[in-house]
Amino acid sequence: MEEFKTVEVNTDFLVIGAGMAGAGAAVEGGYWAKENNVKMTIVDKAAMERSGAVGMGLSAINQYQGENTPVDYLSYVRQDLMGLCRDDLVMDISRHVNGSVHMFEGFGLPIWTDADGNYVHEGRWQLMINGESYKAIVAEAGKNSVGMENVIERVFVLRLLLDKNDKNRVAGAIGFSVRDPEIYVFKFKACLVCSGGAVHVFRPRSTGEGLGRAWYPPWNAGSSSYLTTTAGAEMTSQEVVFIPARFKDGYGPVGAWFLLFKASATSATGFNYMAEGLAEGGELHNWPPYGEVKPIPTCLRNHLMMIECYRKGEGPIFIHTDKAIAKIAEQAPDEKAYKKEMKKLEAEAWEDFLDMTISQAILWAAKDVFPEEGPSEIMPSEPYFIGSHSGASGAWCSGPEDIQTEESKKEYFWGYNRMTTVKGLFAAGDGVGVSSHKFSSGSFTEGRIAAKAAVKFCVENPEMPEFDQAEVDKLKEEILRPLKHHEAHKNYTTLGTTNKKYDLPVEEVNPNYITPKMAIFRLNKIMDEYVAGWGSQYNCSAVTLNIALDLLKLLKEDLSRLSARNLHELMRCWENVHRVQIAEAHIRHKLFREETRWPGYYYRSDFPKMDEDKWGKVFVNSVYDAEKDEFTMLTRPIIHLVDIKEVVGM
Amino acid sequence: MPSFVIDEKCDGCKGGDKTACMYICPNDLMVLDAERMKAYNAEPDMCWECYNCVKICPTQAVEVRGYADFTPLGASVVPMRGTEDIMWTVKFRGGTIKRFKFPIRTTPEGEAKPDGGFGVGPGTLDDQLLFTEPASLKADKLWTLGD
Repeated sequence: MEEFKTVEVNTDFLVIGAGMAGAGAAVEGGYWAKENNVKMTIVDKAAMERSGAVGMGLSAINQYQGENTPVDYLSYVRQDLMGLCRDDLVMDISRHVNGSVHMFEGFGLPIWTDADGNYVHEGRWQLMINGESYKAIVAEAGKNSVGMENVIERVFVLRLLLDKNDKNRVAGAIGFSVRDPEIYVFKFKACLVCSGGAVHVFRPRSTGEGLGRAWYPPWNAGSSSYLTTTAGAEMTSQEVVFIPARFKDGYGPVGAWFLLFKASATSATGFNYMAEGLAEGGELHNWPPYGEVKPIPTCLRNHLMMIECYRKGEGPIFIHTDKAIAKIAEQAPDEKAYKKEMKKLEAEAWEDFLDMTISQAILWAAKDVFPEEGPSEIMPSEPYFIGSHSGASGAWCSGPEDIQTEESKKEYFWGYNRMTTVKGLFAAGDGVGVSSHKFSSGSFTEGRIAAKAAVKFCVENPEMPEFDQAEVDKLKEEILRPLKHHEAHKNYTTLGTTNKKYDLPVEEVNPNYITPKMAIFRLNKIMDEYVAGWGSQYNCSAVTLNIALDLLKLLKEDLSRLSARNLHELMRCWENVHRVQIAEAHIRHKLFREETRWPGYYYRSDFPKMDEDKWGKVFVNSVYDAEKDEFTMLTRPIIHLVDIKEVVGM
Repeated sequence: MPSFVIDEKCDGCKGGDKTACMYICPNDLMVLDAERMKAYNAEPDMCWECYNCVKICPTQAVEVRGYADFTPLGASVVPMRGTEDIMWTVKFRGGTIKRFKFPIRTTPEGEAKPDGGFGVGPGTLDDQLLFTEPASLKADKLWTLGD
């Protein structure tokens, strides 16, 4: 095994992850850091230019307030999450987000405008963009703000280090380079965790070459959750997954089809499940008050599909692209106008895929699919952890001081906006819980908010905390263990040539270890079959969840026998350690909340109804003790800062 | 197999310390075989088909073949990314060819100004204003509870 050298990075403020939230932190933090003589550093597992969930591109900006108020946006978010929402966090992003979008345009992002120069809306909150280079442009502004010399790429941060004199104060972080044999040790006063959500915790629908075709990117391995959880930060709503319903297999976006082209969806037998669900006596009335008001929450839209597919056996679900196109064409005054309109629509529909889910374009081309000729299948995906979309999992963070009531201030504010319950540890983007529906623009905005607060923290807490060197030495050993473990046992079984740095993708069979790929499959199988993945038709119960915990305990023990042949596999090993942590938190949260609040995301078959009296007024939170490997479950009150008189739709 | 490298077109980005595809891949999949100076995708089943390796390759040596477990053979989707726009050629299995051209940015590469052109506002560390506000909001003031 190669010798690893240690690279020490001394800074004041470290941003971990440079996706949309990290790029926002770079743009905003760069300014405040310079003004206040604070040293700021960004570290990314990949290249900032294309890292994170927006790395492929996006075809829309999903949060833009326009003339709407933060209270309007809150009404929509609270409704969509079946009441689970921190009013202060949601309205805080909402009040700043227009500014971020206007800045994107200034950076050079093409936003669609109409003949009068106004933005083209896909829906009330959504703007259409030419977003192929969205992330590259935003990252560029971020790099220009902090300076490229302060951006460290291809370093995977694995664990935070706590102050040796105050276990509730963050002091550093440790990780390694995925390209060179180097351990990185960071020392700082504050850090911002914005390292994405989690994918491949549950079994994806495609498991061959298409294993990587998750809706959310496969490099999001639950690192935000792992870093904050293992530092002892209070976490919230880890039971809330997000399940997008998208075009089958390619997971191409349906937003433009539903919102822009007004397509409808039905079961295979032509049952319009949305209209029927809303009609008098329809299924949605079993989920008051959220089911009875438009816009129908995302989980309930899934729920209606799942009834058709799994209970009635009348799947698949078809989205009627052909009818939508025909209807638009009908409105054209003549043949020439019709052709012109069709050409425009076709380009818009294909750009939707080519900007953000190119796989779907390949799939349609390979199957000779022409959307004007017939419907296409849509289906619910596997569950993901994503605090920025229609999910809610993440760290429990302080909100802004001014968006509070006297009552909420006691529960939701502790000094610094977006600071977790650990001093100096901030979160943004997918890292923050119950601050949903921020998407790309809101994540960027939350990164800005958090970075400004973190710089303020550095100014007001100028003493450099100190971690325990013995702890660092122990972690260094632990980090490299999969490489050593492989080296020690690799000759026990036969294999072809493996003398190159990266060799053929062959799975080794060896009784002494498991490879990272097998570890992910083992986790996926447990989660799918016992924790309400697609394989169990999204059902679970206390019985299955407890079986999952037993199996997970064995998997956790076996993680100490992971094997890595090279740095790339070492990264995969640690990604799986991160995934297993959020998996366990998720199961414990699901067990604790004895109701079914998000049908269409998961069903507690032993508690099949929503229990508004018991669970409708609380968040489920947890604190993890890393030394004892123990979770403590608790609840926090949902405090409404404003009364919503009417839900503002999409 | 998600992204793949055409052997005869790849020159290993000779002269650089790493290949363009290795630099950009968000999932660290691309690897250079230094002996042959050829790059390859070392973990195709973790490929998101994000096309960043395809778009960045200076010799157009990288393409994508759809995931074999659900995508029939015979189609291709090939981008040509310039400084201002991107041209896509979509070839269907049945022979249909469609071409689309979309803008990608309105400013010269490298010149995204952190303030987005809005300048520095009056905010301080102790208030709620972000550094470009209120100008970037295109509003007189920042909203707060009670407004």
